Amino acid sequence: MKFAYTWGAIVAVALASVVGDVLLARAMKQVGDVHELWKRSGLWSVIARILTNATFFAGVAAMAAAFFSLLFALSWGDVSLVGPAAASLTFIGNAFAAKIFLHEKVDRRRWIAAVLVAGGVALLAG
Amino acid sequence: MTVRKYLVLAGVTVFAAAGDSMLSHGMKQTGNISIHHLSSVLLALLNPWVAVGVLLLLAFFASYMNALSWADLTYVLPATSLGYVLLAFVAKFVLHEQVTPMRWLGIALISGGVGFVAGGPALTSHEHGELESPSSRTERGKDGATCVLSGEAER
Repeated sequence: MKFAYTWGAIVAVALASVVGDVLLARAMKQVGDVHELWKRSGLWSVIARILTNATFFAGVAAMAAAFFSLLFALSWGDVSLVGPAAASLTFIGNAFAAKIFLHEKVDRRRWIAAVLVAGGVALLAG
Repeated sequence: MTVRKYLVLAGVTVFAAAGDSMLSHGMKQTGNISIHHLSSVLLALLNPWVAVGVLLLLAFFASYMNALSWADLTYVLPATSLGYVLLAFVAKFVLHEQVTPMRWLGIALISGGVGFVAGGPALTSHEHGELESPSSRTERGKDGATCVLSGEAER
């Protein structure tokens, strides 16, 4: 039963992280290139533009949900399992989500990168 | 990619790794915190390691948001995963922990993944991305109307 709880929490961490990453990435694309914006209209206007973006706060809320799910996962499972498992699942989930929701061109090069990094992170637990 | 953009990616990597290490070191000094004693969280913040760790993680978040404003998510995440490699080197040479062959293999896989994604373009989802440099735009401009039409179709 503990096994099911741990993996349930791990999947919840990964899902919330993916949702958070996608929302934050979309928010920052809406804000636009920070360097150019800063040069054109100053730092305060960059900060104001980020802090008035609703998607940004939705992303931060999802990240907070991921953090609290991580605390639950860690209370049921070992950190050496929970950390790498959640990180690996997040890498793979992000590749799918970025392709579907952000319309990024996830070509073979990027798939290989996502799988290698996810595999590498999983091995770091060993 | 400009030097400044590489510096932002390096910032994402280094701030995350350094912030996590300091937070982990500080939290081991302060001991366990529980949901029933939320005041212990505030006490933990008084620990200098934890405080610096939190500041570094804020710096990480700022550089991460900066990177996401001009690069794809599927570019930023693998490119900044070198932080895991950095942590392993810190564990080996600063903390003198043992790094097993399995972990070195993991590090090699991550480095390979970073190499794969770094060779490609940083931005693919946007029309005004790195893919379209000013020179290629003027070249295509010679075609006149056809260029505008194909540009619309891409969107």
